[in-house]
Amino acid sequence: MSKVGRTIAEKILSEKSGTDARPGEIVKIEYDVAASHDLSTPQGVKRLDAWEASVKDPDRLAVVPDHMIPSHNERSQRNYTICVEFAEREGIKNFYRQNETGLMHAVLPEDGIVKPGDVVIGSDSHTVTYGALGAFATGISYTDLAFAWAEGWTWLRVPKTIRIDYTGEPNDWVRGKDLILHTLGKIGVDGAVYKALEFGGPLLEKLPMDDRFSMSNMAIEAGAMVGIFEADDTMQEYAEERVDGRFTCYQSDADAEYDQRLTVDCDGLEPQVAVPSLPANAVPIQDVTGIKIDQAVVGSCTNCREEDLRVAAEILDGRIIAEDVRMIITPGTRKIQQTALEEGWMEIFNEAGATFGSPGCGACFGEHIGVLDEDEVAVSTTNRNFIGRMGANSSKVYLANPAVAAASAIAGELVHPKEVVK
Amino acid sequence: MTRIWKFGDNVDTDVITPSQYKHQGKNVYVEHAMEPIAPTFADEVEPGDIVVTGRNFGSGSSRETAAIVFAEHEVGAIIAFSFARIFYRNAINLGLPVYVCPEAALGIDEGHEINILADENTIVNRTTGETYYPEPHPPFIREILDAGGLANYRELLHSGK
Repeated sequence: MSKVGRTIAEKILSEKSGTDARPGEIVKIEYDVAASHDLSTPQGVKRLDAWEASVKDPDRLAVVPDHMIPSHNERSQRNYTICVEFAEREGIKNFYRQNETGLMHAVLPEDGIVKPGDVVIGSDSHTVTYGALGAFATGISYTDLAFAWAEGWTWLRVPKTIRIDYTGEPNDWVRGKDLILHTLGKIGVDGAVYKALEFGGPLLEKLPMDDRFSMSNMAIEAGAMVGIFEADDTMQEYAEERVDGRFTCYQSDADAEYDQRLTVDCDGLEPQVAVPSLPANAVPIQDVTGIKIDQAVVGSCTNCREEDLRVAAEILDGRIIAEDVRMIITPGTRKIQQTALEEGWMEIFNEAGATFGSPGCGACFGEHIGVLDEDEVAVSTTNRNFIGRMGANSSKVYLANPAVAAASAIAGELVHPKEVVK
Repeated sequence: MTRIWKFGDNVDTDVITPSQYKHQGKNVYVEHAMEPIAPTFADEVEPGDIVVTGRNFGSGSSRETAAIVFAEHEVGAIIAFSFARIFYRNAINLGLPVYVCPEAALGIDEGHEINILADENTIVNRTTGETYYPEPHPPFIREILDAGGLANYRELLHSGK
């Protein structure tokens, strides 16, 4: 046994590779889940076919069409068809057909397909979301995906870990999204390139899983390889309710070696907004109050879960969206949609004048629904506000939590939720 | 003459392959590569040209198209202060030489003449006289690059070599 303690990332990669995995080393890993969606799967299939290869172990794949479902053009539907043909040909049991699908990063944890202690690779940069569940989860692309399918393993470079502890009492209407935007503001969009972020500290103890998914989701916006939560009862209970079989929850050793240790004091923190065009441009909502908006979005793998919709419903209840604003709300999964029905949130959204989209990625990336015209402005719970991300190059996206998005939809301009819910 | 193309920090995948072109087929997105910040790049870049960039090059999406455009234009190498992880990985998988070297990223400018000595892991700036030493690739990464990318590496794996 090695004398120096290990971080969560090092523990998982050691366990899965059967080596003493230390930062900088390359390990070969038989991943637990290789996930892909309707844009990446066909690209993987193209490469697999070119190699005249087939999937080594179909039970470790998950194929979840979520970007262009239901399709808005022929090309997108063709991509879906390729997913169907691939899933049938290879016998992939974790394939989500169009009538049961949802957003990959919401359905895979919800259905217990990814679990604590797993190594998950996904052909989507927001695969890091599963770090909230204590998994080592990271993004890859098409050639890597095809290789992993064909060979059953992938290579990973063991990252150094930056530990972040959260303390203090934030103000009202602050959620996981604000904690991560605030963190990005401190460390920058390259603050964790090729490193693991490890989240802990007293403030996170009472943070619901849905908020944790938001935080891990945006670890990639600092360039991180993973954004992993320390195991606790909340994580354990979430997994026990959903996972069939065994899983392992990890905590770092007391003498683990970190690249850096940061404490983020959130005392008095206000809801954060990332102004165009970097996710790290975080400022308190008060700094941008009054900016007119054309579109408000609640959804995406960052904020598509029950807690997100509950907050949006709380704010929209009995209120009407500003005349010139369109609001798009997309639940992550059918199950979340069902909750929205049962809880009466759908009725609230409808009466407020919001559009309720089908489960999936929604308006996040400017190619399916909610595409912005020249000079239009959106407030959005999504994860990226890059130039042209949601449509025209001159359009602008302000990233915020669901409460800020919903309150701004009512006001017609960026506003603190407390100004709307008095 | 080998031309140096110099870009700044945080060039993201939505800039490298702009949203409106990225699903219109390889020919289209390759022709519009880097358009938002370098409208002449795709027209003027020649095989062997070197791209020199700042921090976090290729951040954002996991899409491989962002690395494919440089491979398609047969760029000789990309030298960066730092790369976004997935872009870096994609470039290696395509056999596209990538060098992490802050000194070179800061020291090399457009118009400079440079030599890359891959075997010696050294970059020489003939204009300024400086020599730079990029972060060495781990042996496994070297194997993939030497094979010409992950697909070729896989072939080698199965040919029993």
